[in-house]
Amino acid sequence: MSILVFIEITEGTIKKSSLEAISYGAQLGDVTAIAFGEISVEELAKAGLSGASKVLHVSDEKYHLGNVQAYSSAISEAMESIGADTLVLSKSSLGDPISARVAIKQGASLASNVIELPDTSDGFTVKTSIYTGKAFAITKLTEDKKVISIKKNAIGIKEDGNAATVESFTPSSTDTDFKAKITSQNKTTGEILLPEADLVVSGGRGLKGPENWGMIEELATTLGAATGCSKPVSDMDWRPHHEHVGQTGIKVAPSLYIAVGISGAIQHLAGVNSSKYIVVVNKDPEAPFFKAADYGIVGDAFEVIPKLTEAIKAIS
Amino acid sequence: MKILVCITHVPDTTSRIAFTEDDTQFDKTGVQFIIGPYDDYALARAVELKEQLGGTITALNVGEAETEPTIRKALAIGADDAIRVNAIPTDSFFVANEIATIAKEGQYDLILMGRESIDFNSGVVHSMVGEILGIPSISPVMTLDIEDATAKMTREIEGGKESIQAELPLVLGCQEPIAEWKIPNMRGIMTARTKPLEVKEPSANTTKTEFKNYELPPEKGAVKMIDADNVSELVDLLKNEAKVI
Ligand SMILES: Cc1cc2nc3c(=O)[nH]c(=O)nc-3n(C[C@H](O)[C@H](O)[C@H](O)COP(=O)(O)OP(=O)(O)OC[C@H]3O[C@@H](n4cnc5c(N)ncnc54)[C@H](O)[C@@H]3O)c2cc1C
Ligand SMILES: Nc1ncnc2c1ncn2[C@@H]1O[C@H](COP(=O)(O)O)[C@@H](O)[C@H]1O
Repeated sequence: MSILVFIEITEGTIKKSSLEAISYGAQLGDVTAIAFGEISVEELAKAGLSGASKVLHVSDEKYHLGNVQAYSSAISEAMESIGADTLVLSKSSLGDPISARVAIKQGASLASNVIELPDTSDGFTVKTSIYTGKAFAITKLTEDKKVISIKKNAIGIKEDGNAATVESFTPSSTDTDFKAKITSQNKTTGEILLPEADLVVSGGRGLKGPENWGMIEELATTLGAATGCSKPVSDMDWRPHHEHVGQTGIKVAPSLYIAVGISGAIQHLAGVNSSKYIVVVNKDPEAPFFKAADYGIVGDAFEVIPKLTEAIKAIS
Repeated sequence: MKILVCITHVPDTTSRIAFTEDDTQFDKTGVQFIIGPYDDYALARAVELKEQLGGTITALNVGEAETEPTIRKALAIGADDAIRVNAIPTDSFFVANEIATIAKEGQYDLILMGRESIDFNSGVVHSMVGEILGIPSISPVMTLDIEDATAKMTREIEGGKESIQAELPLVLGCQEPIAEWKIPNMRGIMTARTKPLEVKEPSANTTKTEFKNYELPPEKGAVKMIDADNVSELVDLLKNEAKVI
C-alpha cells in the first residue's frame, strides 16, 4: 500500500499522536507524511524515525492555522500526486473533519476510532471503538481507497527508522478552500495536551472550588501529567472547557488516570474507560468510580493528594 | 432562516451495552433511546436562533420507524416539522449522502448536527455533508452567533479554542456550551403530535463499509484498596506492578 499520513504540529514539533499514525502506516506500506505550518526541517525529518520515508511540508503562511477545507484539498491533492491509496491520521478535532472531507473527495472507505492494525486475511478489516469505549465494531473497508483515523494512545510509537527527506509542497488552493476564516486562535502553551497525555490527573466537584486546584496541578507537574476535570467542574468554569473528560467531553486513553473527588458517573467513565490503569481517591467508599478502578484510596483528597505528591517526589 | 437539525436516536448515556444474534445486533432490552446529547445542543441552539431571527426548524433523522418517538421529542422541543429517511443508518457515508440529498432539496441556510453520535463516535457526518454540498463544515462549535448572513463561531481545538467567521450556508457540529439542553414543556408535547413528520425513502443505496460484528471489552479486574495513611504503597504499586510511573 502507498500511504499518506497527515501529521499535526504543536509548538514546532510533531505531535505524539501523529508519530503513532506514522508507526501505524509504516506497518501497512510505504509512508509519506504531510505537515502544515511552522516547523523546522530537522523536526520534520524526525517523522522518519517512526517510519516515514518522505515528508511533504506546506509552509505557505495561509496554511499556518488549521483550516479544514484548505488542508483537506491539499491532502487529497498530495494523495493524487504521490499515488497514495490510503490516508492515515490521528483522530482529533482537526483529524475528524479532514478524514471526512478527504474520504468524500477520494471516494474512500472511512474508518474512525481504529484501535488495532487491520486484519488483511480477507480484504481489509478494522476494529473500531464505539459506544464511547463500551464496545468495539469489526468492519470491512470495501473500497480500494481508504481513510483510517486512529484512536490516540491505542497503537503505540515505534522509533527504529532513519531521518526522512523533507520536500516542500505547494497545493493549488482555491478561494472556496478559505471560505471559513479563522480570525484568532487561543491555545495554552507549554502544557501537556490532555488528549495526547500518557498520565492524567483529574479533579471533580469534590474539590469544592477552583482555588483548590493547586494540589492537583502540583501532583500533575510532579508526574509530568496533564490535568482534566469532570463536566460540572467545567460547567461552573472552575476549569477550562478543553479539560472536560467524559461522554460529552474529551475521551482519554492514558496509561494512568488519577481521579480525585469524582464520583464516577457512567458519563464520566465513558471518557476514561480506555485508560490502562485508574486510581481513584474519594472520601466516599461507595463512590461508583471504585468499581472501575485498579487502585483506590478512601480518604479526604485534601490530605491524600499532598501526601501522594510528596511520596512521588521521594522516589524520583 | 431555514435550519435543518440532524438528530440521532441513541441509547441513553447510562445504558448497559450488550449484543445478541452472535454479536451482530444491538440488544435493545431495557434500553431507553434519546436524542444524541450533542444533537440536543444543536437543537437547543436552533430554537434560540429561531426565537431571535425567525424562520423554521426541520428535524431530520435517518432511521427506521422505531426512531419516531425520538423525532417527536425534537418536535416537542421546538422543531416545526420533521423528515425521517426510512433506512437503517448503515455507515457514515450512507447517512451523509441521505442528509445531503435532503439538504439540497430544502435549501437550508444552516445545517446543525452534533459534534459526534454517541453510538459510533465518528464525528464525521457533518464534514462529509459539507464536502458533498461544497460548503464549509465546522466542528466542534462551542458558540454560534449569526448576523445577516455571517456566522461567528468558536471552535474547540486541542488545548484551547479559535474564532471562525463564515458566510451561510454552513454545516456545523455542535457541542456545549453552545446552548443549554431544553426540556419539552406540556404545550410542546401536545403540539408535537400534530406537527408534520414526512417519511422519505433513501435516495441511493451506497455504503463504503461492511459491518461484521461487535465485541465487548474484557471485564475489569477487582480494585486494590490502599490505606489512606499509606500512600507510599500506592506509589510502589504504580511503579513496580503497573509500571506506569
Ligand atoms: C447526557 C449527559 C452527559 C454527561 N456527560 C458528562 C461528561 O462527559 N463528563 C462528566 O464528568 N460528567 C458528565 N455528565 C454528568 C455526570 O452524570 C455527573 O453529574 C458528573 O460526572 C459528576 O461530577 P463529579 O463526580 O465531579 O461530581 P459529584 O457527583 O458531585 O461527585 C463529587 C465526588 O467527590 C467526592 N468528594 C467530596 N469531597 C471530597 C473530598 N474532600 N475528598 C475526596 N472526595 C470527595 C464525593 O464523595 C463524590 O463522589 C453527563 C450527564 C448527562 C446527563
Ligand atoms: N442516522 C442519522 N440521522 C440523522 N443525523 C445523523 C445520523 N447519524 C449521524 N447524524 C448526525 O451527524 C452527527 C455526527 O455523527 P457521527 O459522524 O456518526 O459521529 C450526529 O451528531 C448527528 O447530528
